[in-house]
Amino acid sequence: MNAWSALALSLKVAGCATLIDIVLGVAVGFLLARKRFPGRELLDTLLTLPMVMPPTVLGYYLLVLVGRHGWLGAWLQDSFGINLIFTWQGAVIAAAVVIFPLVFKPARAAFEAVDGQLEQAARVLGISEAALFFRVTLPLAWRGILAGVLLGFARALGEFGATLMVAGSIPGRTQTLSIAVYEAVQAGQDDTANLMVLLTSFVCVAVLLTAGRLAPGRLAGR
Amino acid sequence: MQNSLAKKLAAAAAMTLVAGLAQAGDLHVSAAASLTNAFQDIAQAYEARHAGVKVLLNFGASGALLQQMAKGAPVDVFASADMETMDMAEKQKLVAAGERRNFARNSLVVIVPRDSKLAVARLQNLGQPALQKLAIGNPASVPAGRYTRHALEAAKLWPGIEAKAITTQNVRQALDYVARGEVDAGFVYGTDAALMKDKVKLAFEVPLDVAIGYPIARTAGAANPAEAKSFIGFVLSPAGQAVLARYGFKKP
Repeated sequence: MNAWSALALSLKVAGCATLIDIVLGVAVGFLLARKRFPGRELLDTLLTLPMVMPPTVLGYYLLVLVGRHGWLGAWLQDSFGINLIFTWQGAVIAAAVVIFPLVFKPARAAFEAVDGQLEQAARVLGISEAALFFRVTLPLAWRGILAGVLLGFARALGEFGATLMVAGSIPGRTQTLSIAVYEAVQAGQDDTANLMVLLTSFVCVAVLLTAGRLAPGRLAGR
Repeated sequence: MQNSLAKKLAAAAAMTLVAGLAQAGDLHVSAAASLTNAFQDIAQAYEARHAGVKVLLNFGASGALLQQMAKGAPVDVFASADMETMDMAEKQKLVAAGERRNFARNSLVVIVPRDSKLAVARLQNLGQPALQKLAIGNPASVPAGRYTRHALEAAKLWPGIEAKAITTQNVRQALDYVARGEVDAGFVYGTDAALMKDKVKLAFEVPLDVAIGYPIARTAGAANPAEAKSFIGFVLSPAGQAVLARYGFKKP
């Protein structure tokens, strides 16, 4: 059934985009929270842009960048034969860009909230810097990061504008749930639209409830 | 003092909002995407002749425009790119009964990017493996897509080509995808292809056993019925027809 394959695709795209952003977002969040370097706040601002920019603007940037005649797109095509436009991988990139601020911002805040004294204590006990990050800092910041990740995942599920411009709307291949809803409404297929919006609402409520439980404020003992 | 400033700001905001609402002189025209450039010119010419009237144009796939009207969009005039959509509008009593008029005709063509090296001269050529992506308006809501599917079904090519289809939200999106070189070919109207001669190449005209006709009608719920009639009259007048002809539309 169309709605279910669209849901499966949405979950796949949102999942992949979130995985990419967990790695990049945690790294960038940590960098911004701990390292002092020139242009730090400018970098933060630039990376926050996708949150406030219209999705159509992002979609256009991506289209120009990774399109067949874009400088990155042309290079990918010539070197590896990779074409991202109209593929689900293209949708993943669009979603990953859109939700990046939702992931790295909470990660930065979570790292900044980690008690420096605990890290000092670990250092005194002779732990290496890498082990300090993975065994002390990350576990302390993890809940804050996870809340951002879940919010990003929910937002990725609903991504529409940039995805439509980059990945198009190919049933079964790039037609995610939010785009399938749009197509159904355009074509006057209200029954299909009804089923799909209920499905979307249900998934989003579930994700938000989970994110709410993990929010730092609800953390016992803090 | 701060309070009075806030009040003034709120009043200004409220006035702006009210000013933005529909006004007596506004005429809402929903027209097929392929009519974009021609109707922009026609609206301008109409406004020049009718002082105080503002023509508000809304372009999109004919099927999408129909759905907007069905859901209660305030539209005075509806111009579709096919008979089928207008038939549906009539059946749902969205347009005034018995008033529709055909005002233009178009052709369906296959276009390729300007620098394309593919040999595409007939529908059968679209099956070649080197041609991987083909932009087609979504047949569920875009008339150009419906004509395309009709032509390909008649040629018994639809099942093979459907897998290559990149469906678009309206015909102009298909034109844009070809112009950017993101697809290898696309189905658009002859008038669309003529707009981007610097970026797309006309491959061939698609043979069709139906005419691509554009009907126009006053909507049943038109807030401004007299003005709507007058606008339709202008589209059908020599002045309106001259604009359409300039963009390559044929006489109805």
